[in-house]
Amino acid sequence: MPVNVETQGRTYGPFEAYEVTRIKIREFADAVDARSGAHFYPEIAAAEGYRDVVAPTTFAALIAQQAEFHVVTDPEVGVDFSKVVHADERFTHHRPLVAGDVVTTTVTIESITQRAGISMVTTRAEIVDEDGAPVSTVLSTLAVREGDQ
Amino acid sequence: MSDETLPTFAALNVGDRVASREVTLTRDSLVRYAGASGDFNPIHYNDTFAESVGLPGVIAHGMLTMGLGASVVEEWAGAGNVVDYQARFTRPIPVPALGEANVAIEAVVGALDHDLKRARIDVSVTFDGAKVLGKAQAIVDCA
Repeated sequence: MPVNVETQGRTYGPFEAYEVTRIKIREFADAVDARSGAHFYPEIAAAEGYRDVVAPTTFAALIAQQAEFHVVTDPEVGVDFSKVVHADERFTHHRPLVAGDVVTTTVTIESITQRAGISMVTTRAEIVDEDGAPVSTVLSTLAVREGDQ
Repeated sequence: MSDETLPTFAALNVGDRVASREVTLTRDSLVRYAGASGDFNPIHYNDTFAESVGLPGVIAHGMLTMGLGASVVEEWAGAGNVVDYQARFTRPIPVPALGEANVAIEAVVGALDHDLKRARIDVSVTFDGAKVLGKAQAIVDCA
């Protein structure tokens, strides 16, 4: 079954709020070899003008992926996860994420294009803070092979 | 953004190499990223599964590679100062069960917007003589 282009434009969420913590920022920063002190130490973050430690550039991926999960597991969209590769990703940060932020995410199927037996599924996750102010926009494209290819 | 750590826009020139780093990836790196990110796709830790879907073996998460590139830019630009970052995943990085994969990361000034005082930093991540990310670009807002 190919991916269902009729689901283009479908929106999911917002889902349960995600609370950004110091310990998760530190764990993620270690995993991507991020070395700025402001990811690890509140006093350094404060000296740089931040309320608390700052999430690395791609940290928002883990928040967005929780929302994108609802797209790839929607049976009406029809993504066979064993035939998926990640094609591209883009982050636009309206402000940095810092520890203590409580954010919610809404994800939309931005586009589905099909050619040569491959469906390109692009999702747009909008991450907003407790006041509804935009924090990050995450665009992610999955390439899904059809059939036995 | 932090004004305390921002690079001085006027000092930048297109073509400047602003940062570089060599990173050694092992299975430990992949397991660590899986836990930190919540991406537990078995192609990143299980060889038998990876081969069953046509891969040469376990490969690094594209988002790990992209994140490593971001870290090189962000250490130079200051934490929280990258306002936009994109990449295409063009080649996998196989990571052996024993041993390691060595990647070289470079960050070069690709373009300067003098009106907005924004710098486009082009990131290259090279493994085994080939670039593994396409159009990897970070925007640093120096205004």
